[in-house]
Amino acid sequence: MSLEFLSSSAYWAIVISLASYILGDLLRKRLKVAIFNPILVSVILTSVFLLLTGTEYSQYRAGASFLSWLLTPATICLAIPLYEQLSVLKSNRLAILVGILSGVVTSFLCVLSLAMLFGLGHAEYVTLLPKSITTAIGMGLSEANGGYGSITAVLIILSGIVGNVASPFILRTLRITDPVARGVAIGTSSHAIGTAKALEMGPVEGAVSSLSIVVAGVLTVVEVLIVRNLI
Amino acid sequence: MRFLKQLLIILSISLAGEVLSHYIPLGIPASIYGMVIMFTLLCTGVLKLESVREVGKFLVGIMGIMFVPATVGIIDCWDVVSGSIWLYLTVVLVPTVIVMAVSGFTAQALGRMKRGVKGQNES
Repeated sequence: MSLEFLSSSAYWAIVISLASYILGDLLRKRLKVAIFNPILVSVILTSVFLLLTGTEYSQYRAGASFLSWLLTPATICLAIPLYEQLSVLKSNRLAILVGILSGVVTSFLCVLSLAMLFGLGHAEYVTLLPKSITTAIGMGLSEANGGYGSITAVLIILSGIVGNVASPFILRTLRITDPVARGVAIGTSSHAIGTAKALEMGPVEGAVSSLSIVVAGVLTVVEVLIVRNLI
Repeated sequence: MRFLKQLLIILSISLAGEVLSHYIPLGIPASIYGMVIMFTLLCTGVLKLESVREVGKFLVGIMGIMFVPATVGIIDCWDVVSGSIWLYLTVVLVPTVIVMAVSGFTAQALGRMKRGVKGQNES
């Protein structure tokens, strides 16, 4: 079943993304189950639609490029919640910085042990290293060091979705209740996609999570320079 | 006009971020430079919060949908991923949860320590 109309339509890609996103949000509110995450539901339904109609991803991407285009200005605007919570950030700077640093080092140790466990080569190892940071930095970092950028991008996005879906449960289970610590945990482990959830939890969580994206990203750039040749 | 002006400011900062990202070869993307520029401008008072607030908050509020198009791209590299599905599942799940736990615990412990010290000094 191939829909020829799709190749000439300017709106279908955004309509299907948006409709499935809103459906995901409705399902989550109605059923109160975290797995009905709007991003996850939208990705799955849109993918199923493309596969059923035999539409190429490149065609969808071209149609939905407006959504991706908004990502840079939106990320820049994360500075606004950051600015609004400036006093909280200042008075908690040590906890925030050391928390993020511990997360970045942990991420490296996890990837190193998994790489040794699965017997990975240099290219795969470098592909995995930046998996917790923001796509834009991580993808470039992976490619610049001989990794597979597109796989890094997918891993980063999936990690973000795991953080977005699972963070309320994980933080509750581990009794991490301090808003600053919650922001550090979410931003450091699951960048901007997790931060969308942190912003729902509260303004402090959102601001600290936004800050963690930047700090964890920059620390990881430095870290990869140091550890890239270990495997 | 107010919203258009806000949009212009935000897009101009995006452009400035693009310029920096292009000419400084560190692999840091435009969005991160832009975020630092926006933050600096707000902190120094060069830019008033009112000049970007509504459009800025709108963009932050709808951010989730912006990740959908790139993520659907997984159907194009599905062949590579499905070949080592266990590896990729482990890599996505395990470190994300451990990093969340370690960084959250560390930040919470340091925060409590600091408040504890403060409490003692005050009492």
